[in-house]
Amino acid sequence: MTQSFPEEVLEHVFSFLTSHTDRNAVSLVSKSWYDTERWCRDHVFIGNCYAVNPRVLTRRFKEVKAVELKGKPHFADFNLVPEGWGGCVDPWIVEMGRVYSGLEEIRLKRMEVTDEGLEMVAKGFGKLKVLVLASCDGFSTDGLAAVAANCRNLRVLDLRECEVEELSCHWLSHFPDSFTLLESLNIACLSSEVSFSALERLVSRSPNLKTLKLNRTVPLEKLSTLLQRAPQLVEFGTGAYSAEGLDAYSSLAEAFSGCKKLKSLSGFWDVIPAYLPAVYSVCSQLTSLNLSYATTQSPDLSKIISHCHNLQRLVVLDYIEDTGLETVATSCKDLKELVVFPSDPYVADANVPLTEQGLVSVSQGCTKLHSVLYFCRQMSNSALVSISKNRPNITCFRLCILEPRSPDYLTLEPLDTGFGSIVENCKQLTRLSMSGLLTDRVFEYIGKHAKKLDMLSIAFAGDTDLGLHYILSGCDSLRKLEIRDCPFGDKALLANASKLETMRSLWMSSCFVSFGACKLLGQKMPRLNVEVIDERENLNSIPENVPVEKVYIYRTVCGQRFDMPDFVRIMGKDKADVYNLS
Amino acid sequence: MDQTRSTLDLFNNVDLTTELRLGLPGSDGKPENVKSSLSGNKRTSSEMGSSSCTDENESRYSPPTKEQVVGWPPVRSYRKNILQVKKTESEMGSGMYVKVSMDGAPYLRKLDLKMYQSYEELIKGLQVMFKCVIGLYSEREGYNGSQHVPTYEDKDGDWMLVGDVPWEMFISSCKRLRIMKSCEARGLGEFV
Repeated sequence: MTQSFPEEVLEHVFSFLTSHTDRNAVSLVSKSWYDTERWCRDHVFIGNCYAVNPRVLTRRFKEVKAVELKGKPHFADFNLVPEGWGGCVDPWIVEMGRVYSGLEEIRLKRMEVTDEGLEMVAKGFGKLKVLVLASCDGFSTDGLAAVAANCRNLRVLDLRECEVEELSCHWLSHFPDSFTLLESLNIACLSSEVSFSALERLVSRSPNLKTLKLNRTVPLEKLSTLLQRAPQLVEFGTGAYSAEGLDAYSSLAEAFSGCKKLKSLSGFWDVIPAYLPAVYSVCSQLTSLNLSYATTQSPDLSKIISHCHNLQRLVVLDYIEDTGLETVATSCKDLKELVVFPSDPYVADANVPLTEQGLVSVSQGCTKLHSVLYFCRQMSNSALVSISKNRPNITCFRLCILEPRSPDYLTLEPLDTGFGSIVENCKQLTRLSMSGLLTDRVFEYIGKHAKKLDMLSIAFAGDTDLGLHYILSGCDSLRKLEIRDCPFGDKALLANASKLETMRSLWMSSCFVSFGACKLLGQKMPRLNVEVIDERENLNSIPENVPVEKVYIYRTVCGQRFDMPDFVRIMGKDKADVYNLS
Repeated sequence: MDQTRSTLDLFNNVDLTTELRLGLPGSDGKPENVKSSLSGNKRTSSEMGSSSCTDENESRYSPPTKEQVVGWPPVRSYRKNILQVKKTESEMGSGMYVKVSMDGAPYLRKLDLKMYQSYEELIKGLQVMFKCVIGLYSEREGYNGSQHVPTYEDKDGDWMLVGDVPWEMFISSCKRLRIMKSCEARGLGEFV
């Protein structure tokens, strides 16, 4: 039947498929569908840059307009991946520059980006419209200057949570005076000053600017100037939200009231509560509010939130307290996503009145809530059960109880039943992060119920290999599994080796997976890279039955990579293992 | 959590596991040995409550201390820094300036104790400020061997040797600093 459709018809049908998973599925139907699909796919997503390589990309897809690449494993965000591990984007840029002259969008996450790479981007992709660098590092303001100077078609420059070497404040001035296309600029991650006059001129000549996220160094006094130049803004991130005296207040309030399209606010470093009411005029428009740098007390936070009746996304510190979350529960009936970060993560008893009760309140009052990231100091099974029954529509549940292995604070039991209830009631759950005292039983529940679970993060949990076995054998949709400090070893891993090929990746650190098991796994599974990441000296003399520090296992069609530092070994790929030759 | 039924029954179609055993050389390969010597963390029990303690038999693969568990809690580093910056800024507002005199120097200096986290840093700072060498502290000998001895006046008005009490106690009780010449400072040591 597939032969009866001319290619043009198939292509036309495929053009309605935008999700890459759909396109991947379609390409598996038959050889001709695969061929048709590859000629017309123009948005490519690569979730693990080492699963393929640049040549594989350019051989398969010929006219790519947008590429998205991810590099380091997620736990790199928490410093668990040593510096120099890999994920450098330069080889990709070289190869794509050779083939995809029409490339318009580059989105990178957790990749190492160099100034040379940015220069290649700037000079090689004349049609580039979108450059999003999320959690990337390795580059400086020089690279940004090259992008500013050369990317004549740039619409979006988004430096999301990057680490940038800030050599100069003048890189913004490299946008030519004739450049007026900017739609989105996010420089919130920069810690040094940028030239304000360059910024102001840039904003003034960008009538399509919808997103502007400033960094901390832009003073509050300058905000009204910027807002007056860009009243069409939809997303705005302030700088430090404090000033001496209140002189700047009325012009700021007036400037905010002029922003009729504003839907998202963030920034608010060093907040002076007296200035918060300046945003009241836009609160009812807001769908997204990020106060996670606002180190101010609950009453101030509650006041502003109580005005935000249309809020869908709230990010806040635990200064909000349980009482503030009750305000959220009553005021923000459209809330879909709640994130509560800890203000003092390293202090044992920080005495902040934010408990499990806050989350329970929100789960009761906000019927559309589906995504939660919550840091707190105590939790109970009964609270978790309530949350799961209140909100069976939760799809992403990430709970971090600050002290590892904390039991139910009421009963001192493990939190197995609580999390079990989450996976049992929230049938659409795709992402779960757990904490607290957890035994193998919770993994039994997860394996049994969490059939849609895509990503699971585990720390300081479980008793035996059974725990890991339940997960690997039960979670049918699992693609990303990251584990730290759990007593999981070789048996479950080896027994479920074939499962690993159905997943994007598995990370295990400070567990009990031995060198020998890694080697064996690498030998038996040619389409898996079993990367042992271990910074100890004299690795060659460590016996095979000793656990590795970290192992990162991912499926790949390319075999081993050749850019590994000396603390990374891909195990089992040849008789004597693969050692870095430098 | 019935371990006995677990491993053998469930993994019986895998021949891979027979080639491997857990355990350090010389051990009998029981998981418990490896666990206790490698992670340093006790198996959890309800009595432990919410504190985790390191195991007695730390091995050569000993883990970091509780305070230094890398990457926990899972908060991005730029998020940690925000609050610390905020803290030091608010503390700098109040400052903790004390006068510092050095025997033989024509004028006094002022120094913000809050800029330092430890005696080591303070001594380094003093050495830089006064271009002198103070050397290392020892409980028995004080600053024996160096030309200059750092002392401080505490809340009770007594002159004390810098380094005897814990740092936190020191900065809360130190009113002023004096760098004495060691020949004069010998008197202090005799009465301690």
